[in-house]
Amino acid sequence: MMTNQLRRAIPQALPSPFGQGWRLACWLPVLCLAIFFLTLPARTARAALNIQEVKSEKGITAWLVEDHTLPIVTLQFVFDGGTSQDPADKEGLVNLMTGLFDEGAGDHDGDTFQVRLDDAGAEMSFHARPDGIYVSVRMLSQRQDAAFDLIRLALNRPRFDQEPFDRIRAQLLSGIIANEREPHAIGRDAWRRRLYGTHPYSRPPEGTKESLARITPADLSAFHKAAFAREGLHVAVVGDIDAKALSARLDQLFGDLPQKQALAPVPDVTPKLGQWTLVAYALPQTSLQLAFPGIGRSDPEFYAAQLINDILGGSPFTSRLFQEVREKRGLAYGVSSSLEGHQHSNTLVVTTSTRADRAAETLDLIRQVIKELVDTGPTAAELDASKKYLIGAYAIRNLGSSRAISATLLRLQLDKRGIDYIQHRPALIEQVTLEEVRAAAKKLLSVEPAIMGVGPRLAGDSE
Amino acid sequence: MIPTQKNAAPPFADLLKTDIRAGPGSIVKARLDRRCPPIHLLPVGATGTQHLQIEGQLTSLRTLSIARSPQPKPPSAWLRGALFATALAFLTTAPTPAAANDIKAANFLLDNGMEVVVIPDHRAPIVTHMVWYKVGSADEPPGKSGIAHFFEHLMFKGTANHGAGELDRAVAEVGGSLNAFTSYDYTAFYERVAPSAVEQMMSFEADRMRNLTLTDDVINTERDVVREERRLRVDNNPEALLDEEVVTTLWQSQPYRIPVIGWMHEIEKLDRNDAVAFYDNYGPNNAVLVVAGDIEPEAVKALAEKTYGKVPCGPDLPPRERPSEPVQNTRRTLTLSDGRVSVPIFSRYWVVPSYRTAEPGEAEALDLLARILAGGNRSRLYQELVVKQGIAAAADADFEGTMLDAGKFSIRGWPRGDAELADVEAAVDAEIARIARNGITSDELEKTKNRYIRSFLFAHDEQDSVAGMYGATLATGGNGKDVEEWPDRIRKVTADQVKAVAARYLVSDHSTTGYLLPKEN
Repeated sequence: MMTNQLRRAIPQALPSPFGQGWRLACWLPVLCLAIFFLTLPARTARAALNIQEVKSEKGITAWLVEDHTLPIVTLQFVFDGGTSQDPADKEGLVNLMTGLFDEGAGDHDGDTFQVRLDDAGAEMSFHARPDGIYVSVRMLSQRQDAAFDLIRLALNRPRFDQEPFDRIRAQLLSGIIANEREPHAIGRDAWRRRLYGTHPYSRPPEGTKESLARITPADLSAFHKAAFAREGLHVAVVGDIDAKALSARLDQLFGDLPQKQALAPVPDVTPKLGQWTLVAYALPQTSLQLAFPGIGRSDPEFYAAQLINDILGGSPFTSRLFQEVREKRGLAYGVSSSLEGHQHSNTLVVTTSTRADRAAETLDLIRQVIKELVDTGPTAAELDASKKYLIGAYAIRNLGSSRAISATLLRLQLDKRGIDYIQHRPALIEQVTLEEVRAAAKKLLSVEPAIMGVGPRLAGDSE
Repeated sequence: MIPTQKNAAPPFADLLKTDIRAGPGSIVKARLDRRCPPIHLLPVGATGTQHLQIEGQLTSLRTLSIARSPQPKPPSAWLRGALFATALAFLTTAPTPAAANDIKAANFLLDNGMEVVVIPDHRAPIVTHMVWYKVGSADEPPGKSGIAHFFEHLMFKGTANHGAGELDRAVAEVGGSLNAFTSYDYTAFYERVAPSAVEQMMSFEADRMRNLTLTDDVINTERDVVREERRLRVDNNPEALLDEEVVTTLWQSQPYRIPVIGWMHEIEKLDRNDAVAFYDNYGPNNAVLVVAGDIEPEAVKALAEKTYGKVPCGPDLPPRERPSEPVQNTRRTLTLSDGRVSVPIFSRYWVVPSYRTAEPGEAEALDLLARILAGGNRSRLYQELVVKQGIAAAADADFEGTMLDAGKFSIRGWPRGDAELADVEAAVDAEIARIARNGITSDELEKTKNRYIRSFLFAHDEQDSVAGMYGATLATGGNGKDVEEWPDRIRKVTADQVKAVAARYLVSDHSTTGYLLPKEN
């Protein structure tokens, strides 16, 4: 229950540009922003991470970390092309499709499929995100034959029968209706539209009442055919399976998929900053978010940006924003910044929720902290501390469980990192200079941000 | 929010929160008393380090000379629970992989009364280090709601030996993470770090166990933070506002009626005196150390004796005896209409036994009943209400059984399409009545057990899940064996037991229900 346990600080339940579905889909640690914090400890680990590249006979590649400690196999994979592939009048299509993979495949109707998967001791979940469809599977290794066979069917021959289609669509519709008058949900939609205009990122990933009504099972089949192909596939596996066995499993699952994807091109987009949005509602607490330009993970300045983000608001309890807004003044429970990287757009977003009667003061303070960071830059000591954090946090955040490891392996592949990236990463962070970090601060944070408030009108706000 | 992802895998991160198993029993022995070990039982030896006490805390602390034994004693009891192997054996008839035997928990006691559990897991060079205190919101003095949680925040302020923020910086420097949480029956603090940093973490935790500096400045600012936390979690959210009052109405006498975060008007009055008084609950004799990860029990024992072992025993604490619930003879309902609501929700609660208070098998049966009703897309409520009748968007059931006193069972439902909330409510009642009258099938029971035990196995992938199971169990009067034998006890539940708990406890005439409704403007 909500208040059963209270934490000292948790990530804020604030509007994310991609809404609730987006946040739900973020359960994979690596696939969220935690991905930005990576590396192996200097210490020789008892359990060193040995990543193998496995290539099947049919040419499917996967990254594997063998670990026979537990009789569990964890599998995560992505097909490129997520909710940004939704046709303009059929928003919500990809998300709806991901709700139907355990509702019938091959000769099995939904009931039969679910019972068999359950009997096989396997769990499978699909999540639509802006740039990809993420699939997570975990199974008991001793029953893997049945599990792999069912997952193969789901991937290759989903049925999209009318009954489950109608039911899952109705459930999603209820979710959309439930959010219609909820100010934070309204804020999420407004924020996406204000930032991204008519770009696919502007659309609600769960769709609208009208768009869901227009989608048919045939649309899902067509998109399945277009997206589920070997070319846009990335696979990571951790657990009780060896390279040889995995190789055969890869062909079993994916070998019969078409070679090429047929996706709609999605253009890059520069979010529209320098604007102010207020979703006015009489709340006791105002949510604020500020969007600045971000930076892509393949950009040479990425590590400098990561460090400046950490110093500003990325580091959970030691960042400047946390110190100034929460520790010194008690204006908020949480305040943080993060680099939000997508395939076609990057932002640095600051979020907080603060007492409504002092929201204007909190916003001014945040902007003041940012201005100081731009004007005078971080200190050498701050940079040093931030480097240590980013280097050390990699293993702890990203390699702590089979799920975390497989998600990390997947992220590395999506970012086109080499298989030995984890070894190189500390040096990439170490070599960033104070000048480079200061330059990154100027580049990202001296731009006038997009700002949104959800709550009562702010004192002094003329809009 | 409506949970539409009905096919999502169980939320393992949440295992820490709601799915922790516990039960009565004794292996070392369930330590319900929180007194210091009798002095004459303490080994003779050098006097432990005396930490400087500050800010008037001396008056509230009893200084005990605690000594370390000259030679490390063999641990008083090593639990060799082959968790995974045991659970797997119950799940399947297939041979158990030898590797599964690698998961073992060790359990021992420090001389000053601090309990220690170690769960080695060498898959990654990471250690989850947790200190659980056997004090939560249900242990607060009257009129001081929120002090347990507020105090948890204050634990991150400075001590006589370390300035405020030093721990945060030390953890950040090694790339670790840290946090804390408060519940009705316990408060826990944890750090996730590389093995080489464990000793440093122990030293910080041992220090703040007794040496906290509590000034008005620090308290005033942090109280504002907690007020914002309350606004974020409760006041800004109509569902949470209603839920808070439903729970307060469910419990008439038991302190579980008071929200963990506290009522705003009482949070606002909490002061330094309240904090100093509450600090008495923090001492080794009221704490459980849980260490999971890439470290051996012997190493933990040596480090714990070097750090926690030197902390003097705190004051003897009274037994945790709380007012208990009277019999409920009515059906209580609460309604909140709010302009932000478009799809109504009902949530129904019952007071039921917990793992600690239940007759043998009852709590396990309640756990299974919650899953038979609403555990995923093969559950009764999903199949009947969402699939067959098509009247619900979703339905949830939850049993909170890891409690020191009684537990609670809850069900919630969301209508869909043209269906009314009353239709969903009636269908839920009908399904419960059907179980109470006709029972469940053996197939249904078997599959639910398999699924549930499987989730227990999968939970072993996450260090914090395993550490959380032990911590919450030990903090609510259970012991390591309760955790390790849990799959066995689930396996033994009969269909008749499930039917019996449904008939006995889930009576809608004796329930407490909240209705969250749209407000027409």
